[in-house]
Amino acid sequence: MHQFNCPFCGQRPETEFTYIRAMESIPRDIVADAAQELERIYYRTNSRGPSSELWQHSSGCRSWLAINRDTVTHAVLEIAPIGPHAIAP
Amino acid sequence: MTRYSALALLHGALHGGRSWTRAWRDPEPKPSYDFVIVGGGGHGLATAYYLAKNHGIRRVAVLEKGWLGGGNTGRNTTIVRSNYRLPENQLFYDYSLSLWEDLSRELNFNVMFSPRGVLFLGHSDHDMSQLAERGNAMLAQGIDAELLDREAVSRFVPLLDCAPDARFPIQGGLLQRRAGTARHDAVAWGYARAADALGVDIIQNCEVTGFETNADAITAVRTTRGAIATRCVGLAVAGHTSHVAALAGLRLPIESHLLQAFVTEPLKPMIDTVVLSSAIHCYVSQTDKGEVVIGGDIDFYPSYSQRGSVARIAETAAQAVSLMPALGRLRMMRAWAGIMDMTMDGSPIIGPTPVDGLFLNGGWCYGGFKATPASGVTFAHTLATGTPHVLNAPFTLDRFEAGRLLDEKGSGATPQYH
Repeated sequence: MHQFNCPFCGQRPETEFTYIRAMESIPRDIVADAAQELERIYYRTNSRGPSSELWQHSSGCRSWLAINRDTVTHAVLEIAPIGPHAIAP
Repeated sequence: MTRYSALALLHGALHGGRSWTRAWRDPEPKPSYDFVIVGGGGHGLATAYYLAKNHGIRRVAVLEKGWLGGGNTGRNTTIVRSNYRLPENQLFYDYSLSLWEDLSRELNFNVMFSPRGVLFLGHSDHDMSQLAERGNAMLAQGIDAELLDREAVSRFVPLLDCAPDARFPIQGGLLQRRAGTARHDAVAWGYARAADALGVDIIQNCEVTGFETNADAITAVRTTRGAIATRCVGLAVAGHTSHVAALAGLRLPIESHLLQAFVTEPLKPMIDTVVLSSAIHCYVSQTDKGEVVIGGDIDFYPSYSQRGSVARIAETAAQAVSLMPALGRLRMMRAWAGIMDMTMDGSPIIGPTPVDGLFLNGGWCYGGFKATPASGVTFAHTLATGTPHVLNAPFTLDRFEAGRLLDEKGSGATPQYH
């Protein structure tokens, strides 16, 4: 089981967090190309190893978190707050 | 191949078991094959069997990186059913169920298919109207379905807590009597033995490390036991679909998630059917050895680790005990996790890929085991003829681009929620 070090709450168990989606699938700009949009909505790298993902500390401070995680070892490589109001804790 | 029969059993017994021969060969890979199937689980072996049997193609190899049935074929809860809502899924899975009914005879191997019924429980008015709608959709396709009220559920599975003040009060259920369970390992072994008898080479401890292409067409498969020339490759690698396909430069609409299951210590017969609660997503059945098999939700985050969280085990156990309080006294014996390749609409992909000669059979989400025979028949048809079988025609990779999604649950491009 993962232990995530929430930037606001400290070390907390996986059960407090919710995986939202792969970072690569989040729209960030308007693309005119349909094939590009198709890739973004439906296709995934689905990495066996480091994976960049959006999570939420849903049963905690409810902050949105960018987590880089190894999908084989479950090692948490990086965890950072996300969004326009994200502040360094 | 020794044909298994009561007479052969008697003969074997009288000769101290020395008359039994090995069930399949252990051949060295040949330099080339007409068809190479990657993945020696139920789907890959069934595909090879039907390629040989239905299409007369014998120059077929099945490459398995570990041992036969060591992946998801041996990591599921062995449930076989066809109580789906969408016509495409109904037709596919009901054809599969009809093949299960005759599979032991077909393969001359006892796969222990047991049509003991599968009961979906409803806990609210909403659940019951959804189950009624699903039952009507099934009947419209000629699939058996019965809607039970609470009293009938209580009679059918006396151990269920049907009290009105239960944690998850049971209002009724949808029963498919033709559905049931099968012996998972026997499915892999039965298809392997039958395919081998038709000349298929089953090569274990042979991992695929790459593909050789010429002008975007497959020319060979690179493996840990050397290169094998072929013009047609079928991938049937379950949870590893994404990174094996990536060896050919493909990116797929798939995310790999963990699904756990566990068994209790063996007991005398206490549950003679399969009980599922779609609302809390917990399923319970009992094996012929007496162990109670319990399954639940996936772990809800992508993982290739084949081991899940203890929290999920605790949650699923609590759900099972709330449905069936008698389970509370049992000791858990084993837990395991399989890697599910979850697609963006919750339905599988069987068909061609953008690489010429590379075909994909994957994205089975939770539904792989029950699909094994139909998956084999339709994938073999697709490989042999280059065109889809009528039953797998809706399950192509290009459906995402075309907007023909088969989203049984209606949860969109969030694979963890299908």
